[in-house]
Amino acid sequence: MATKTDNNRAWLFVIPVVALVAFNALVPLMTVVNYSVQETFGDNLFFWHGLGWFEDILRSERAHAALGRQMLFTAIILVIEVPLGVAIALAMPRKGPWVSVCLVLMALPLLIPWNVVGAMWNILALPDIGLLGHTINAMGIDYNFTQQPIAAWFTMVLMDVWHWTSLVVLLAYAGLISIPDAYYQAAKIDGARGWAVFRHIQLPKMNRVLTIAILLRFMDSFMVYTEPFVLTGGGPGNSTTLLSIDLVKMAVGQFDLGRGGAMSLIYFLITLLVSWIFYTLMTRNESQ
Amino acid sequence: MSAELKAVVKRVGAETHIYETSVALADKGFNVLLGPTGAGKTTLIKLLAGLEKATSGQIWIKGRDVTHVNTQRRNISLVHQFFVNYPNMSVYENIASPLRVAGLRRQDRDRRVREAAELLKLTPMLNRRPSELSGGQQQRTALARAIVKEADLVLLDEPLANLDYKLREELRDELPKLFAGRGATVVYATSEPTEALLLGGHTATMQDGRVTHFGPTAEIYRAPADLATAEVFSDPPINTAPVTKTGTRMTLDGGVGWTVSGPIADVPDGTYTVGVRPHFITPRANGEGLVRLSGKVLITELSGSDSVAHFRVGRHVWVSQSRGIYQYRVGEMHDFLMDADRCLYFDAKGMLVG
Amino acid sequence: MARIGLSKLSHSYVPDPAAPADWAIKEMDIEWSDGGAYALLGPSGCGKTTLLNIISGLVTPSRGSVLFNGVDVTRLPPEQRNIAQVFQFPVTYDTMSVYANLAFPLRNRGIPDTQVQARVREIADMLELTDQLGRRASGLAADEKQKISMGRGLVRQDVNAMMFDEPLTVIDPHLKWTLRSKLKELHQRVGVTMIYVTHDQTEALTFADQVVVMQDGEVVQIGTPVDLFERPAHTFVGHFIGSPGMNVLPCEIRSGGAFFAGRHIPVDAGIGVPKPGARVELGVRPEFTRFADDGVPVTVIRVADAGRHRIVETRAGDTRINLLVPETAEVPTGDACLAFDPAHTRVYMDGWVSEAA
Repeated sequence: MATKTDNNRAWLFVIPVVALVAFNALVPLMTVVNYSVQETFGDNLFFWHGLGWFEDILRSERAHAALGRQMLFTAIILVIEVPLGVAIALAMPRKGPWVSVCLVLMALPLLIPWNVVGAMWNILALPDIGLLGHTINAMGIDYNFTQQPIAAWFTMVLMDVWHWTSLVVLLAYAGLISIPDAYYQAAKIDGARGWAVFRHIQLPKMNRVLTIAILLRFMDSFMVYTEPFVLTGGGPGNSTTLLSIDLVKMAVGQFDLGRGGAMSLIYFLITLLVSWIFYTLMTRNESQ
Repeated sequence: MSAELKAVVKRVGAETHIYETSVALADKGFNVLLGPTGAGKTTLIKLLAGLEKATSGQIWIKGRDVTHVNTQRRNISLVHQFFVNYPNMSVYENIASPLRVAGLRRQDRDRRVREAAELLKLTPMLNRRPSELSGGQQQRTALARAIVKEADLVLLDEPLANLDYKLREELRDELPKLFAGRGATVVYATSEPTEALLLGGHTATMQDGRVTHFGPTAEIYRAPADLATAEVFSDPPINTAPVTKTGTRMTLDGGVGWTVSGPIADVPDGTYTVGVRPHFITPRANGEGLVRLSGKVLITELSGSDSVAHFRVGRHVWVSQSRGIYQYRVGEMHDFLMDADRCLYFDAKGMLVG
Repeated sequence: MARIGLSKLSHSYVPDPAAPADWAIKEMDIEWSDGGAYALLGPSGCGKTTLLNIISGLVTPSRGSVLFNGVDVTRLPPEQRNIAQVFQFPVTYDTMSVYANLAFPLRNRGIPDTQVQARVREIADMLELTDQLGRRASGLAADEKQKISMGRGLVRQDVNAMMFDEPLTVIDPHLKWTLRSKLKELHQRVGVTMIYVTHDQTEALTFADQVVVMQDGEVVQIGTPVDLFERPAHTFVGHFIGSPGMNVLPCEIRSGGAFFAGRHIPVDAGIGVPKPGARVELGVRPEFTRFADDGVPVTVIRVADAGRHRIVETRAGDTRINLLVPETAEVPTGDACLAFDPAHTRVYMDGWVSEAA
């Protein structure tokens, strides 16, 4: 049972964090807002451009395509990782010495830096020397992710699944082990079998952690940059140029600060909006 | 005066958890908060502890306004329904912890810890961890910690609720002795009327965020201010039924009646609610002024040494409680005798009239 | 429905039990008839839950066997024993409606919908859940959830026995009362063998026709509520049942009579010959102890007002003796004398009631 104390002095301890967050997040965000309404031609010269950039982006086919790819990526990731993660969590032992072994194995991918993951998979998937690429080709399938859009997507998705399914597994597992034995015993006694136990006991009891898992996976995959960039650099062509990659290309590559700023803000708002929709949908279920 | 609530109100959002309450607790003794779950007992304890702030009103402890004083500075101790001890400390260290915080010297600390341990029969377990103790021993450890602190105000929030029946009986028996002569004011929340009675001292009956009656326990039990108090303070639940008064004659629906005397005879004629505690309705005769109630036995219950029967007379269900094991046949008609001299009468507003 | 037998049953959680303390259940033989209401009563750690789990099949006993209608089911898993169990904490399927919860065990067994509907309505009516049938189970209070747990057992017509593992633990005290009565009533209506585990004497005595009192893995007495109150077979039963429990006084046997504090105490039955070194005690309940002009001298220590009667604590030397006096009777202060009802005073040797040799 949590008890709250009203103690105003507690705020003193929070001030440094608040200041840091403000400095870290708010200041750059304001800079972005500032860029998004101006035009620059270098030399630190800025001209007022109003909402022009926003209009531009909203009408730009390039941005639409990048956003579409980003959404497709996220959808694929969620559809694969959530059920897979739950399935692995269900298959994991609940007791005994293997529990810690499994947990460590699951946690490993999460400990690898993102750019290393990208580089790893890049090498792994190379059709000539990479273990994965070579094996697939040896099986008689023509596979070259640097030239075939489908192969590039396949590799990109596989990499993300390898890297992040563990997160879903760990969260789902935490939800599973918190279910009291009495529920399983009652289900046995009621004559419920595998699927019914999952559907009526395990899934409802995992509801809360799965909400968090889906939300985290949504946000991360929707904003993913490092791994696909290191893997494919957005290619072949623009086939794997996600919104995040496109944004960097535009803002840093082409030094198009105004357009980049406007796109960043739109990107941010979409993420916020979709997260919020997800969250309310999932928590509404619970409170009913 | 040791502890006092002055016009305290507690609201959370739109909900009122405690309606305006003013109670001056009895100094240096047991003050029982008695009421069903959700009556506001825990809220009141948290207000006294300073774990929650009153929306309005004042809280005084030992002649000092502590409304805005932190829990840490109120010199109180609190024992929860759940066994709360430091899991990584031995029983000895657990009991010593408040003394260490207070900065007592080692020898004094040791003496007081051992005294408290002796009192609570924990001496053989001093070196164990809480996890190695039974529930009763864990709660004894928590109580010992509350005792060594020598706080002005000891708050016990249903401390026995999670213990086995017999352990509860044993500790309930010891508690008044533990605190006797210590000069601490004890506030004890419980939902069990028997517990309140056996602890003695004073009782505040609570219902729906209100203190319905406060006073010496036995007095409240025998002359509850209103129907709500009588209902809270009765286990099994008190029998209530509408009764019509004409002169000195009381008549129940269905025609059973009796004659009353004393102050109740002087109240105006009309309809009242009669309250009869189950143990004044028994299958055997024991006393004067008995009224016969004949009904069909619906359910019987036995506790170790009591028998309870629910029986139906007309549309009304009555409950009888008698000493000893008395076996009824469910479904059969049975005669019960009600001691009319011990009936309580409440008016339309639920206030006791006699 | 079934007759349940435990034959030479014992259980230990340690691999090679040697000392008596290693046995969670000490060897026992019990025969329960079909349709009876039984309770397993004892303090926590006495082995009652282990025994319940052995019967339901969640635990396999180390030795001996469990028989349903004479058939050995010791090695059968719970789902093949056709038992229903209600746990300490209410188990409901939160995403389902109350109706679906009650129908769940029947649907799992492939029973046609029309039958399911009739049966669920019947049981819901019995449990007073009819109004809630359309609601989701997750929003209900603990007592209603516990009723659903019971209901899921009651709907099944193939149930051999229903087991209750301290089912009222999380129920509010003032609701315990109604649920307790409800359970009793249900048993009378459905007539299924029911076994109820509890540490609460009221729950056990109210519910059961026969109560099995356990201590340290051992059955100390099996009897009706009257037996347990009037003829405790062991001082533990006397202590555990009744509130306050039975007074236990150290005593001496001289020339066939019992003596306490140098005074001869008349007792109910004959007295056996104590084994050398045996602990010999007198047991008499507070209900059968009264103040008298002549008798055992005691000092009155404390009077507790329990409302309908008073509990008086007295001491004779180091021995505590409680007695109950009516609400209105006078209680002496200081020194007094006590007398015991001979018909309810017994001699116990090493805890067990002594019979004439």
